[in-house]
Amino acid sequence: MTTTALAHHTSTGQDTRKIAFWTFIGSECMLFGTLIATYLSYEGKSVTGPTPQEILNIPVTSVSTFVLLMSSLAMVLALTAVVRGDKLQTRLWLTATVGFGTMFLAFQYYEFNSFVAEGLTISTNLFGSTFFVLTGCHGLHVLIGVIWLTTLLILSWRDQLGPEKAMNVEIAGLYWHFVDVVWIVIFTVVYLIQRGPVA
Amino acid sequence: MSEDTVTKPPHAHPSVRTYLAIAAILTGITVVEVAMFYIPAISATAALAPVLLVLSAAKFALVVMFFMHLKPDSKIFTIIFTAPLLLAGLMILALMTLLGAWWLG
Repeated sequence: MTTTALAHHTSTGQDTRKIAFWTFIGSECMLFGTLIATYLSYEGKSVTGPTPQEILNIPVTSVSTFVLLMSSLAMVLALTAVVRGDKLQTRLWLTATVGFGTMFLAFQYYEFNSFVAEGLTISTNLFGSTFFVLTGCHGLHVLIGVIWLTTLLILSWRDQLGPEKAMNVEIAGLYWHFVDVVWIVIFTVVYLIQRGPVA
Repeated sequence: MSEDTVTKPPHAHPSVRTYLAIAAILTGITVVEVAMFYIPAISATAALAPVLLVLSAAKFALVVMFFMHLKPDSKIFTIIFTAPLLLAGLMILALMTLLGAWWLG
């Protein structure tokens, strides 16, 4: 296909924006790796409660995890629609992605509020500090993604998001899917693998 | 802008059917993970954490390979992504070892 021949061409034959964005995602791996490492290193070392076993709400988080997974599906379907030049499907799936992302944020807002009501804040204990920093940082990434995708949705409604802009949507999609894979890891290591106090 | 006039993805993306299949698999794995958490015969064993980590890694790989198109895309992107990912993994192991948190279950 000759479609990338003139698009931000490099000696590698790849689009520079895409190379730059994958590099950024690599740096984000290090960021979240650090936060996850900190959480795991201090897990079970809190001297006061509440503990993860007492406070984490697995049913609610399972639903929000499903919502984020579905947002990734909606995102790839939006990209497929943009490449096809299907405006209606583009708007539909971008709206769905933004909607699922907003729903995930609403779940997180509910979770944070209920934790604070039960006495767990960022300064309560080691669990609170590491948990809120890790999941809060992820939530901030989701919020940035929702804002980014909303701008794409607005562009689509203005008929400024045709197939020639597919790379813009693909890069936004890379960011969104990365946010999803980070949550896949957090859901497992924070919510499902709950370790008791360290002796 | 001329730069934006030719930006279709250069590789063949998976079909919609493939995307739907991947989403179904991801949902299925998530259901299995949550079920394992709630079944005492499984959640009480030392195997829970390793199995959950493997399932999580499978979900991670599926999203990266198919939704992020790393599988059909240039190997350059795979290298750019996996190098810092491995470094992050090593950092997690190193920090957990240094702080005496290297235990599971």
